[in-house]
Amino acid sequence: MKTVFSRTPTLKDCPTHYCPGCGHGIVHRLIAETIDELGIRGRTIGIAPVGCAVLAYDYLDVDMVEVAHGRAPAVATGMKRTNPDKIIFSYQGDGDLAAIGTAEIIHAAHRGEQIAVIFINNAVFGMTGGQMAPTTVLGQVTATTQQGRKAVGEGHPLQVCELLSVLPGAIYIERCSVYNPAQIRKAKKAVKRAFELQLDGAQGLSLVEVLSPCPTYWRMTPAKAMEWIEKEMTKVFPLGCFKS
Amino acid sequence: MRNMKMAGKIIIDTERCKGCGLCVVVCPKNSIVISEHSNQNGYFPAQANNTDCTGCAMCAIICPDAVIEVYRDDHIVSTEAGSKKSPVLTKEKV
Amino acid sequence: MSQRILMCGNEALGEAAVIAGVDAYFGYPITPQNEVTAYMSRRMAEEGRVFVQCESELAAINMVFGASATGKRAMTSSSSPGISLMQEGISYLSGAELPAVVVNVMRGGPGLGNIAPSQGDYFQATRGGGHGDYRTIVLGPSSVQELVDCMPLAFDLADYYRMTVIVLADGILGQMMEPVVLEKKPGRKLPPKDWALTGAQDREQNIVRSLWLKEGALEELNYKLQAKYKEVEKNEVLCEEYQVDDADIIVVAYGVAARIVRSAVSKARQEGIKVGWIRPITLWPFPTEQIKRVADEFRIFLTVEMSLGQMVEDVKLAVAGKAPVLFYGRPGGGIPTVEQVLEKITQLTIPDKKAPLENQCEKDSLTTVKKEA
Repeated sequence: MKTVFSRTPTLKDCPTHYCPGCGHGIVHRLIAETIDELGIRGRTIGIAPVGCAVLAYDYLDVDMVEVAHGRAPAVATGMKRTNPDKIIFSYQGDGDLAAIGTAEIIHAAHRGEQIAVIFINNAVFGMTGGQMAPTTVLGQVTATTQQGRKAVGEGHPLQVCELLSVLPGAIYIERCSVYNPAQIRKAKKAVKRAFELQLDGAQGLSLVEVLSPCPTYWRMTPAKAMEWIEKEMTKVFPLGCFKS
Repeated sequence: MRNMKMAGKIIIDTERCKGCGLCVVVCPKNSIVISEHSNQNGYFPAQANNTDCTGCAMCAIICPDAVIEVYRDDHIVSTEAGSKKSPVLTKEKV
Repeated sequence: MSQRILMCGNEALGEAAVIAGVDAYFGYPITPQNEVTAYMSRRMAEEGRVFVQCESELAAINMVFGASATGKRAMTSSSSPGISLMQEGISYLSGAELPAVVVNVMRGGPGLGNIAPSQGDYFQATRGGGHGDYRTIVLGPSSVQELVDCMPLAFDLADYYRMTVIVLADGILGQMMEPVVLEKKPGRKLPPKDWALTGAQDREQNIVRSLWLKEGALEELNYKLQAKYKEVEKNEVLCEEYQVDDADIIVVAYGVAARIVRSAVSKARQEGIKVGWIRPITLWPFPTEQIKRVADEFRIFLTVEMSLGQMVEDVKLAVAGKAPVLFYGRPGGGIPTVEQVLEKITQLTIPDKKAPLENQCEKDSLTTVKKEA
C-alpha cells in the first residue's frame, strides 16, 4: 500500500498542548508541509506570538524566535532587512496582530516588508481565558462581553484583510479557513503562495488570515465550532483573495 | 464475486488523539467512530473501522494533531459498487 | 587616518557605530537626537547597510531584537520618552540574552518634559525600567571623543556578554561640537554566535526565547544571568579619579556634569580647598569598590547631577555610611554652572571626624540656587 498521508518532517512528532479541535494544529501542519515541499527548512526563520501558539517552536522544526505581544512584524522587519536571503514568517493570533500589534502590522505592510504573515483569527483571546478580541463578532459572548458584544462601546469586529488591502505595500492578502478539508486545501494553497512570493523576491508583504476554531471558548464541540465558522464567521469575515 | 478488500486504510495514533471528533464528521464513509475506552490522557480517541476506507485522507487533512496516517492501494476495486474505479493517486501530499 | 575633525556628538556617535561595524540602525525621530537618525539614514545607505525609520520607538527596539536574534550588530537611539517606550523591548532582549546597543540622549522629564539636556534617566538605565531581574551595561561618556570611544566598546560588550548596553548621553553631548578622532581600533576577541537564528541548515533548530514555563527553568535562567552580571561587575568597571589622595571633599559626577565639576574643582583647588573628583564612566557596573576605598579615609562626598539626585543613591550605597554623602543638582533641563557647584563646595564644612554622622548630614538637601540672569 502506498502512503497517501503522513506527518511531514518539519512538523515535530510530539503531542501539542492545543485543545482538542483547535485550529492551530491544522495551520501548523500546513506551514510545515509548505516548508518541506519548498525545501526551505534550512533558511526559514519563524516568529512565534504571544497567545496559545507561543510554544509554536516546540512544534515547528525551524529556527524560531518568541517575541513580545504584537511586535512580530517589527521583529520580522529587523530580521528580513538584515537577512534578505532568509524566508521570514510570523504567526500571530487576533490579539497579537489585531489588538496590540496594529501599528506594527500596518507599518510593515505599508513599508512593503518582504515577509509572510499567517494570521489566525479565532474571534477570541484564547490563552488568557476567552476575552473579547478585536475580531469577536457582534452578539458573541466572551469573558469580557458577557452580554454579547455590542457595537456601541465595544465596536464592530475588525476586518484585517479589508483594512490592509488598501496599502500598496501589501501585495497578497487572502482570507481562508479550515472548517472542512476543501477549505483546508485552499488555506494550504494560500499559505504556500505567501511563502512562494517571498522566495521569488516579491516586493511586499503577504498576509493569510485563517478563520480558525476555538471550541473551548466558543463553548462548542469541535464539530459545531467548524460549523459556526462556516455559517456565522464567514458572514462577518468573507473568504477570498483581497489582493494578489 | 464482490471484491471485499478495502482500497484504503488509516492508522490512528490513539494515544495522541484528543478525541475532537472532526475526523468522524468528515469521513465520507462514516468509517471512524469514537472509542468507548479512553487513552492514557483521558481522551476518548477516534478509532478506525477501515471497513469502507477509500484512502481519501479527509480525516488526516482535518486532524489538528496529525495523528492519522493514510494508506491506499491503487489496484483495489472498492466494495459494493463493484465496478467503481478507485480514486486516482495524487503525487502531492494533500 | 587619525584625523581630528569637528563633529557634533550625535553625528560622531553615528559614525563611530558605522566604523564599529553596526549592521542595522533602527530609529524614530525625537529631539535632541534627530541628527543621529538623519546621519544614519545617509551613512548606512552609503555603506549598503540597513536603516529603517520605524513607526515608533516600540517598533525600533523590536527591530533591533529581530536583527540581533539573527546574529547581526544592531542599534537604536532615542531620548528619554522614547527610551521609556523601549523598556519592554529591553526586558525581552535581556531575557532572551540578545546583544543590543541603545543610545539615550537624555532630555528633561518626566512626561513630555522639554528638549533641554538632563540626567534624569539614571534610575531607568541602571535600575531597569522594564520588568524582571535583569541588568544592562550603562556607559556615561562626558565628551564627544569619549562618546565616540563608547560605541565600539558598547558593541563589543553587548556581543561578548549577550546583553543590552545603554550609552547614556544627554542633549549637550549630542548637540555640541568637539574635535574627534575617528578610527577603527582592534576590539576584544568575541565568542561565535552559534545561538543565532541563521536558518537550521544541517543543524538542529535554534530557538530565541524568554518564556520558560517548566518548573525551575526560569529560576535557572535568572541564576545564569546573575552569574554573567557578576562577571561584568568584576571585569568591566571604568572610572576616573583626580586628586583624591589628599582631598577632604570628593565630588562624584558623570557625563556632562563631570565636566562642570572638573572646572569647579579646579577653581576650588586654586582657592586652597582640598577637593578631588571621581567620575564613573560605567554607571552599571558602578565603581563601588573605587568609592568604597576612598570612603575608608573619612571624607565628605558631594554628588552633582542634572537631576533630583539618582546616582547619589549608588554613591551612598558604596560609601555605606562611612561618610556623609550630599547632593547638589538641577532637574528638568537645568544645568548647574561652575559657579553654582563651586559655591556648594565652598559651603561645605569639613566634618569633625569624631562628631556623629547624623548632624553632619543636615545639609543633605537640594538648595535652589538663584538662577543667573
